[in-house]
Amino acid sequence: MKRVYVNEEWCLGCHLCEYNCAFANSGMKDMAFALKDKKIFPRIHVEGDDRITFAVSCRHCTDPLCVKSCIAGAIGKKDGVVKIDRTKCVGCLTCVLVCPYGALAPGENGTMQKCELCLENACGAPACVTGCPNNAIVYEERGDEE
Amino acid sequence: MKRYLVIGNGAAAVGTVEGIRSHDGEGEITVVSGENRPVYARPLISYYLEGKTDLTKMNYRPDDFYEKNGCRVLYGRRALSLDPEKKTASLDDGSVLSYDEVCVAAGSRPFVPPFEGLANVENKFGFMTLDDALSLEGALRPDARVLIVGAGLIGLKCAEGIARRVGTVTVCDLAERVLSSILDAECAKIVQRHLEENGISFLLGDSVARFDRNEATMKSGKTVPFDLVVLAVGVRANVDLVKDAGGEVNRGIVVDEKMRTSLRSVYAAGDCAEGFDASVGQNRVLAILPNAYLQGRAAGVNMAGGDAALTNAIPMNAIGFFGLHLMTAGAYDGEMTEEKTENGVKRFFVKDGFLRGFILIGATERAGIYTSLIREKTPLSSLDFDLTKKVASNLIFSRETRRKKFGGVV
Repeated sequence: MKRVYVNEEWCLGCHLCEYNCAFANSGMKDMAFALKDKKIFPRIHVEGDDRITFAVSCRHCTDPLCVKSCIAGAIGKKDGVVKIDRTKCVGCLTCVLVCPYGALAPGENGTMQKCELCLENACGAPACVTGCPNNAIVYEERGDEE
Repeated sequence: MKRYLVIGNGAAAVGTVEGIRSHDGEGEITVVSGENRPVYARPLISYYLEGKTDLTKMNYRPDDFYEKNGCRVLYGRRALSLDPEKKTASLDDGSVLSYDEVCVAAGSRPFVPPFEGLANVENKFGFMTLDDALSLEGALRPDARVLIVGAGLIGLKCAEGIARRVGTVTVCDLAERVLSSILDAECAKIVQRHLEENGISFLLGDSVARFDRNEATMKSGKTVPFDLVVLAVGVRANVDLVKDAGGEVNRGIVVDEKMRTSLRSVYAAGDCAEGFDASVGQNRVLAILPNAYLQGRAAGVNMAGGDAALTNAIPMNAIGFFGLHLMTAGAYDGEMTEEKTENGVKRFFVKDGFLRGFILIGATERAGIYTSLIREKTPLSSLDFDLTKKVASNLIFSRETRRKKFGGVV
């Protein structure tokens, strides 16, 4: 299956992916209206220092610890995509405690959110990838598991 | 066709069923459920009282879970005994079930010390099951004075859950601090202060000497008038099925890394089992939901002829009270270093060049990176740990490690 991969050599550290992600998942039509003067809660985040930067989002693991650890049964995997049912999530953060990649964070209302590959929002494909100015984030098939 | 028996119907039982089905789509599975309802997310009972979830949303698996997995569920039934020679289990309705492989996922039960006068208390509740929560809910009144006995995870989550629905909440505990099983004294103070700011009162280092109908007299001589009492002193693993059948038990049912008990074809998982704790290198009961599921899953895979071992389980907790999140993991062993960040406090315990445990209060961002260092026993010499104490980051790893983590299928 296709996943989001990051080439850190190409990452500029511009954080555009975070804004594109927040906009894609806002459900709004106008980016300025959706994001201007607001604290954003993207499902991808850029880590790094003044030398190295890279974007981190859900790996959609073969054997996801978050799914097995969720105390609410709110996280599941369907067709290879790890998804959260935010109506079931109570924001206990157990998934944050177990995810070795640091890929989950709470959204504005305190329930958890994570990258679901933009498959169910208006984008249909990861907005972070589409909007990356230096092709540092790609959406492709690598490896043959699943 | 194999016949599988799962005794219990909580997270460990679900793990067992899903583990079996990952290897055997055909065998018969029978689930013996003491509670008269499908599996639900047990740790959510306090969130239910708080209004953060409801009875529909707190199902742990979709409504068609048993049907899709071909399970027969016997609701309201308890297993009384196992015969590992004949491979049968006797239930409380007199029926006898034959199995090829059985998993005991029987959980734990509340431990209630023999308090003097407890029988005189009319409004007393446990806080383990959804039925407990529903009974307690029925007794909540806006002016009720509630005494919770036990300042552990169960007692404090109960306190948070009911705080806005009653008059006063007082929590007492024999220990000198709250959450004494997972916090050190200073971190416990921070959490206690936060709870107090949210209206919870404490009587610590004190225990109930005697109950009267509407009043508790403490060992210190203080008296606490109450309308309701919640007993959350502690739990005991349900080991009797295996113990009575001659199996090895300690505080929990002793299992190996494949979740096998000492009895042939008998597995155990979850709060009733005593599995390997990699953070201390010995067996102990890890009564947390993720561990229950993972143990069940491993048991199920092995019962169905697969090969699964659970070797890196550690104690860990993510828990929050009135908006303050805390996380703990591993053993508080070795040298402690503290980091204060704008969001809170982090304490790390390092020994022999390995991260052994941590306590995070408030500052919980990306904590799984820390947890993975404990679970995977990553030598701290191989990475830049000082860098990550303030903010957990994948920057600590080498470029090569990061390439594997983020450039391939994991």
